[in-house]
Amino acid sequence: MKNKLSWLSIPFTIWMAIFVVVPILIMAVYSVTSADGLVTGENFVGMGDYAVVFVRSFWLAILATLVCLLIGYPVAYMMAKEGQGFQRVAMALIMLPMWMNFLLRTYSWMSILENNGLLNQLFRSIGLISLYNSVTGSNIEYFQLLRTPGAVVLGMVYNYLPFMILPIYSVILKLDNSLLEAAQDLGANSVNVFRKVILPLSLPGVLSGVTMVFVPSVSTFAISRLLGGGTQMMLGDLIENQFLGGAYNPHLGAAISMVMMVIVVVCMVVMNHFGEGEEQAVML
Amino acid sequence: MSKELIRLDRCTMVFDEDVVLDNINLNIQDKEFLTLLGPSGCGKSTTLRIIGGFQMPTSGDVFFDGVRINSVPPYRRAINTVFQKYALFPHLNVFENVAFGLRIPKTDANGAKVKLPEEEIHSRVMEMLEVVNLKGFEKRRTTALSGGQQQRVAIARALVNRPKVLLLDEPLGALDLKLRKDMQKELKRIQKAMEITFVYVTHDQEEALAMSDTIVVMDKGCIQQIGSPKDIYNEPQNAFVADFIGESNIIDGIMRADGVVEIFNRRFQCLDSGFEKDEAVDVVIRPEDVDIVPLEQGQLKGTVTDVTFKGMQYDIIVDFYGFKWLIQTTDLAPVGSNIGIKIDPDGFHVMKKSRYSGMFGDYSSYSEEFDEISQGVGDDEE
Ligand SMILES: Nc1ncnc2c1ncn2[C@@H]1O[C@H](COP(=O)(O)OP(=O)(O)O)[C@@H](O)[C@H]1O
Ligand SMILES: [Mg+2]
Repeated sequence: MKNKLSWLSIPFTIWMAIFVVVPILIMAVYSVTSADGLVTGENFVGMGDYAVVFVRSFWLAILATLVCLLIGYPVAYMMAKEGQGFQRVAMALIMLPMWMNFLLRTYSWMSILENNGLLNQLFRSIGLISLYNSVTGSNIEYFQLLRTPGAVVLGMVYNYLPFMILPIYSVILKLDNSLLEAAQDLGANSVNVFRKVILPLSLPGVLSGVTMVFVPSVSTFAISRLLGGGTQMMLGDLIENQFLGGAYNPHLGAAISMVMMVIVVVCMVVMNHFGEGEEQAVML
Repeated sequence: MSKELIRLDRCTMVFDEDVVLDNINLNIQDKEFLTLLGPSGCGKSTTLRIIGGFQMPTSGDVFFDGVRINSVPPYRRAINTVFQKYALFPHLNVFENVAFGLRIPKTDANGAKVKLPEEEIHSRVMEMLEVVNLKGFEKRRTTALSGGQQQRVAIARALVNRPKVLLLDEPLGALDLKLRKDMQKELKRIQKAMEITFVYVTHDQEEALAMSDTIVVMDKGCIQQIGSPKDIYNEPQNAFVADFIGESNIIDGIMRADGVVEIFNRRFQCLDSGFEKDEAVDVVIRPEDVDIVPLEQGQLKGTVTDVTFKGMQYDIIVDFYGFKWLIQTTDLAPVGSNIGIKIDPDGFHVMKKSRYSGMFGDYSSYSEEFDEISQGVGDDEE
């Protein structure tokens, strides 16, 4: 059966080869050559100037992933435990924003977070800003929300949260109810049932959620540019700049992409390993 | 010597207007092996889940050691369960599965949490693995075990907590026949050795007869009869019980006087009494209680219509005046022959008429029923 149908995967294999493997090879070649076609390591050496962008990217991506996990796990858990009706409504609410264009979504956040945006207007009208001024003795017109790392993290969390919720939700939903009853039967109250059964058994979902949020977060562009307002440049923006922007240098851009890719892959491998270790740790 | 441990008092369970248990009264004695027996869907698991605390009866009370426990959650009952599909924790190895209950901190009399010392956990788990013959399997993943081994892990995991009662929901259903017989003996041995009350659920009457001190026969959410295996077999209370436990011919009869029953317009001597004069009754005659005799000595005469060789005996279907009986005998009577039969007075069992009268105990469709049975053995899934 499997073998008879395996020819169906040929188009996909070819597709992957042309549009994934070949581009990576081209990038690899670019990253070790200079504009005049000579093999060189200077692209990698020159990257040191951007260390701060690397650190910021990974730091903000880790933050966004953590926030997604902290929000996403309880939501996923509740969805899986509540009745069908709640599940359907929650699923619709999660999916609805994804039907909107990504840039549109991010622009809306800009108008919410602006110095004169919805949030600051709200704060002003409920007197939060004057309260702040009277308490701290300062004299501000608005809270600086846009152009902060927080705004970038918010943008990433908003965009990538569904990728955390969905895998965790589906793992918890598939948990065999008799396992939970067995745990109760053996003396576990609801806290212990969660700690000793649900949590360890939902780790695979957590792991894939973390991967699905972290990878796009670390390579994010646009969000950081729009919500960070140029002060929060991330790797994605940096690379974009090398190919399309003023700093035109595809060789450097390729080199940065390669390094980022390697770091991400290493992170994923380590984390998956850690995940398995976790399972074994529970076992011991 | 025995004392009541669990009592279900007028328990009724309704699921979306479906009455699944109808006014169940049941006493379970300390240290007894009690079996809930009945066809699939009759409410056995639901009864067990009420005892275990996983389901609250819609009405009625559950008592444990004289205390009402309706709203006591499962984790605070001195009861453990072996689940129908074992429900072993896939993320834990055999040792940790068995140790699960021991590792959960218990609240002592002063409300403080106490943890068992690691050495005690270790020794109790190892002791239990020895009881269920799984020494050397501690480090194995449960997913890598055979059905019988998983079964035994589930039993060890429950028993290691030293419950007063062990609930078992068709624990042997997924095992093949040979293994099932071995495990029946094994379970009986464990129950004797550990002096624990077992409440066992099965739809297999042979299993129930072989293992139980007390059998509770259920059908359609009602208890049909409670008694020892011998009582249930020899003195079934109605046609359902007679038919469900072993083979039986069930014939309409009339009780003419104490010790005299009439079937097919002929009077027979029997041992039953206590009926009204001329009361209509159901009469059970077990296939092995019928002797084949020469035609002229027969109390009844009939024609053989079907013979099946069963190894130990022949199953013979005999037509008596249009009503087909099953007779089990070692004497071969060929198809088409006319035979006489003789039944001793203790071969009759007279029952009051019930809602089941006329529904069972006729072997006109014997071959079809036989097919059903042999299919049923093949796929034991509910
Ligand atoms: N949680 C439930 N919700 C609705 N119906 C149920 C539920 N549990 C059991 N039932 C119904 O109750 C009846 C008895 O079930 P059960 O006690 O499992 O029977 P048994 O174990 O004797 O086969 C079945 O008809 C079943 O469909
Ligand atoms: Mg059942």
